[in-house]
Amino acid sequence: MAKLITGRAYVLGANIDTDQIIPAEHLVYSLSDEQESRQYGRFALSGVPPERAGLPAGGIGFISEEQWQSDYSIIVAGPNFGCGSSREHAPFALQKAGVRMVIAESYARIFYRNAVDGGFLVPYESMEPLNTRIRTGDMLEVNMAENRLFNASTLESFSLKAPGSVLPIIEAGGLFEYARQNGMIK
Amino acid sequence: MTITEKILARAAGKTSVSPGENIWIKVDTLMTHDVCGPPTFQIWKREFGEKARIWDKEKVVIFPDHYIFTRDQHANRNVGLLRQFAGEHNLPNFYDAHTERYKGVCHIALAEEGYNLPGSVLIGTDSHSCTSGAFGLFSTGVGNTDAAFILGTGTIWEKVPESMKFTFEGAMPEYLTAKDLILWILGDISTDGATYRAMEFDGEAVFSLNMDERMTLTNMAIEAGGMNGIIAADETAQRYVRERSDRPFEIFNSDADARYHSTYRYDTARLEPVVAKPHSPDNRDTVRNVQGTPLTKAYIGSCTGGKMTDFMNAAKILINQKVKVPTFVVPGSTEVAARLETETYKGISLREILSDAGCVIARSSCAACLGGPADTIGRSVERDVVISTTNRNFPGRMGSKKSEVYLASPLTVAASAVNGFISDPRDFL
Ligand code: SF4
Repeated sequence: MAKLITGRAYVLGANIDTDQIIPAEHLVYSLSDEQESRQYGRFALSGVPPERAGLPAGGIGFISEEQWQSDYSIIVAGPNFGCGSSREHAPFALQKAGVRMVIAESYARIFYRNAVDGGFLVPYESMEPLNTRIRTGDMLEVNMAENRLFNASTLESFSLKAPGSVLPIIEAGGLFEYARQNGMIK
Repeated sequence: MTITEKILARAAGKTSVSPGENIWIKVDTLMTHDVCGPPTFQIWKREFGEKARIWDKEKVVIFPDHYIFTRDQHANRNVGLLRQFAGEHNLPNFYDAHTERYKGVCHIALAEEGYNLPGSVLIGTDSHSCTSGAFGLFSTGVGNTDAAFILGTGTIWEKVPESMKFTFEGAMPEYLTAKDLILWILGDISTDGATYRAMEFDGEAVFSLNMDERMTLTNMAIEAGGMNGIIAADETAQRYVRERSDRPFEIFNSDADARYHSTYRYDTARLEPVVAKPHSPDNRDTVRNVQGTPLTKAYIGSCTGGKMTDFMNAAKILINQKVKVPTFVVPGSTEVAARLETETYKGISLREILSDAGCVIARSSCAACLGGPADTIGRSVERDVVISTTNRNFPGRMGSKKSEVYLASPLTVAASAVNGFISDPRDFL
C-alpha cells in the first residue's frame, strides 16, 4: 500500500448515497469481466445532480463524455458518504474510474467496510468539513504514515483521523489478503 | 448487556463484549440475491481457488428478487448465474425465479420461510438485511467481499455497536402505522444518526404490533445508518417462527442495567401521520403540512411496505373508492400475493378491493423500489411526483433523477391515491 497518495480533488456534499455513486440501472454489468466492468467506471457518480457535482462551483462532470476514467482521483465529501444500499459496486465503480481515496467527514458503515475489505480505495475521515475548504481540481497529497493532507494548490495542510483498528486490513490491501497474512485462510 | 451485545458475544464465543470492540463472529445464515450473488460467488472462486468449499450449504439462502420481470439481458444473466451456482453446488435453499419456489423480496421471504431464528446471526448482501432483527436476532448487510469470505469460512469481523433505544408508549391509534413511527425517528436523528449503532425498539406500542409491522421498524434502521435494528422476540415472534421452522432458537433480552448510547421515548397518542419529503428519508413533515401536494403516481410495495398488513391498511381506505393517479400494488412475496386473494376486508378479498379501486397489481419482486431496468413496472419517469410505501427517496432511487418521491405509510399512500394529492388518512378512517 502506497504511503503517499496524490491526485486532483473532486468535491461533493453530504449524504452521497450509493444510487448517486452508481445508479441501480447499471448494476447489471459483470464485475469480473475486464471489458464489461469498465462500464462501472464510466457511470461512477453519474447519479449526482449536476448542480451538486464538483463543488463549490457545481456543474463539473466527474468524467468527461466518452471517457472511461476520471481526471480526479481523490474525492472530498461531507458526512455520511456511501449511505444507502450495500452494493459493493459503489467503491468498485469509484476504483474503476481511477479514484484511490475518499476523504469524507463520515461514512455509512457498509460503504466503509466494502471499501476496506475489498481493498478498493482508502476511506479517510476528516476532522473538519474539508469539502468547504477544498475546491474541485485542487492538487492534493495525502501522507498516510502521518495521516496528513497537503493541498498543493493552496499550500494548506490538514490532519486526518487515523484509521484505527481496521488499519491492518487497509495495509494488507483487503480482507482476504489480511486473512492470508494472518494464517486465517490458505 | 444489550440484546445485540449478548447475541454478538454468543456468536464470538465470549461471555461478554463491549461496544467498539472488533470481534470475529460465527454466521448462522448468509443470504444473497441476484444483484450481489453473482459477484459474491465470483470473488469466492477467485480467492479460495480450485479447492473453494462452501462452509455450510444449509446456511446459504438465495432469493432472486431484484430484477426479475424484465427483458434486460444482463439482469436475466444474473439470475441465470445464481441458478448455475446453486445447481453446481447443490444448494438446497435456492428459490429460483419463474418456478413454484419463487418467493419475491428476500427480507419478507426470510421471515416466511422460517430463517429468522431468534438469537442467531444473519448476514445478507443487502442493506435492508437489518429487517430480520424484528425477530430478536442480529442481522446486518455486507458487501460482496465480506459475503464471499463468509461463504468460505462461516465467519466475519464486526465492530460491536453501541445501542440506541427507542421506546414507544401507549396503544397504536388506528391512523398510525409502524412506517409513521420509523419516519418520526428518522426525522429526529437523521440519516446518519445511528451510524455504526444498533437500534433497539421497545415499549407497549411496539409489542402490540404484528410481525409485518415490526419488520417495517427494523427494515428502516439502515436509513438512519444503523448497523442493525432489533426487537426482543416475545410470544408473538416465537409463535410466528414456530409455525415456520422446527429448528431450535435462543431468546435474548437486554438487561435492566444495559448501557445505551442514547434513549428516546415517544407517546404514540401524540404522534400523527408523517411523510419523508424528497430527497431524503429523514426529511420528515406531517401529512397535514404537505396536504394538497399534487401527485402523478402512487406505489405500494417493497420490503418496507409490501407486506400483508400494508395491503390490509391500504384496503381499509381504498374500499369502494377509485384512485385518481396510477397506483401500483407490488406484493412483497408470492405468499403475500396469494393471500391477497384469500384475506378479506368487510367480506371482500383484498385483491378485489385493490383492483376495483383501479390499482395495477404487479408480480412480486423489488420492482420500482430501486428503479431498475427501463421496463420495470411503476418506475418513475421524468418529473413524476410519487408517494410510496418504500424506504428510500434519494435522487433517482425510483428511476428518474428528476422525479420527486414522498415516503409514507400505506394508509397515507392510499388516501393520497384516492385524492390525487397528498392526503391525511384520518379524513378517511
Ligand atoms: S424491495 Fe427495495 S429496499 Fe427492499 S430489498 Fe428490494 S430493492 Fe431493496
